[in-house]
Amino acid sequence: MKLLEVKNVKKSFDGLDVLKDISLSVEEGEILSIIGPSGSGKSTLLRCATMLETMDQGEIRYMDEKAAWVDANGQYVMLKGEKGRKVRSCYGLVFQNFNLFPHYSVMKNLTDAPLHNQKRDKQEVYAQARDLLAKMGLSDKEDAYPCQLSGGQCQRVAIARALMLNPKILFFDEPTSALDPELTGEVLKVIRSLADLDIAMVIVTHEMAFARSISDRVIFMDKGVVALEGTPEEVFGADHSRMQEFLGKLSQEEE
Amino acid sequence: MSISVMLQMLAGGMVKSAEIFLLTLLFSLPLGLIVSFGRMSKNPIIRTITKLYISVMRGTPLMLQLMVVYFGPYYLFHVNFGSNYRFVAIIIGFSVNYAAYFAEIYRSGIESMPAGQYEAAQMLGYSPAATFVKIILPQVVKRILPSITNEVITLVKDTSLSFALSYAEMFTLAKQIAAAQTSFMPFVIAAVFYYVFNLIVAVVMEKIEDSLRYYN
Repeated sequence: MKLLEVKNVKKSFDGLDVLKDISLSVEEGEILSIIGPSGSGKSTLLRCATMLETMDQGEIRYMDEKAAWVDANGQYVMLKGEKGRKVRSCYGLVFQNFNLFPHYSVMKNLTDAPLHNQKRDKQEVYAQARDLLAKMGLSDKEDAYPCQLSGGQCQRVAIARALMLNPKILFFDEPTSALDPELTGEVLKVIRSLADLDIAMVIVTHEMAFARSISDRVIFMDKGVVALEGTPEEVFGADHSRMQEFLGKLSQEEE
Repeated sequence: MSISVMLQMLAGGMVKSAEIFLLTLLFSLPLGLIVSFGRMSKNPIIRTITKLYISVMRGTPLMLQLMVVYFGPYYLFHVNFGSNYRFVAIIIGFSVNYAAYFAEIYRSGIESMPAGQYEAAQMLGYSPAATFVKIILPQVVKRILPSITNEVITLVKDTSLSFALSYAEMFTLAKQIAAAQTSFMPFVIAAVFYYVFNLIVAVVMEKIEDSLRYYN
């Protein structure tokens, strides 16, 4: 079953077309990476898919349920009520700059939403939180506050927080862009370890080696369109001038 | 009149000043939050009305506002609320004035919150109301406490403006005693009372700030 379907999404900011008729889909358990130059619309696409951003045209479907669309009058509409809540609880998002709640301890960051928004059992929620923190190598940080953690630790807490809601699909918006290479490594390792959790992942990233090795499928975006789509081998090996230019620029910078 | 008698009378006045102070905070702090919502409303009519309200409250003297609240009903509508209205008018006057200042402080705090906090809350299924109460407001309070302390300290001193309505709070009494006894002493005592009151206010506010220092 298709978990997510993005259909013909268009979005412009002040006359600048950021997304020009984008469509894509994500299957259950699939890992999809979205790469491309800055300003190509990757993050906007993610924000439209997670309904943090409205769109000018198109449709977002989760589990075959219309979640957000643009009606005949050009009005953006989101699925409301119980159904809407259900749809929105099937995905989570990990932000570039974590967006942890600074006034909550690590434990409360993880447990508050499942306890009060999902109304789940306290013991079960705490057990899951402890389990996840152990997986993230953060068992000793339960009572710490975000300001006492490193950037890499914050991002791992943020990943755990998103996983607490048991999403079917998890979006990552450049999860390592705010981190130094060492911290990037530890966060990528954690994301890699999620691959066998059977959660679909959509990862916007500039870490090419990571995207290449972890993904089932890669999308290369350029100037608001999907320029290339396929297996990592197909996309990274493609005889596509813009893609090669983008990779070439990257490797030149690394030298 | 001996100093101890003066002290006793002024201490009685100080209780009334403290009443004005506490009741004004009780009403103006929540009212200010509501006004700040109006000021940030998407509805242009509500926004314009609250903007005008804040503008008038900040642009005219508090003493004059007190007089308008107290004498206005009689002169404008020939209504007489009776003798208790003096105190009520003072509380209304102070509350609506301070609410305007508090509203702008709340707004500065709310608008300084990064959008990411709202977005994270939305992704985690918090309702808009829960997002504000649990995620945004506690962080806003921490950010605006120093500005609130400023206003609260000003309020302690501003209670003396009640003399304009001849309400027998401390400063009104001090003036009366000073005139009757041709003595400077009541003013010295009044100054000490205000200063000590504000010292207590500053210490309490610092304690509250300290209690929120566990995170950044």
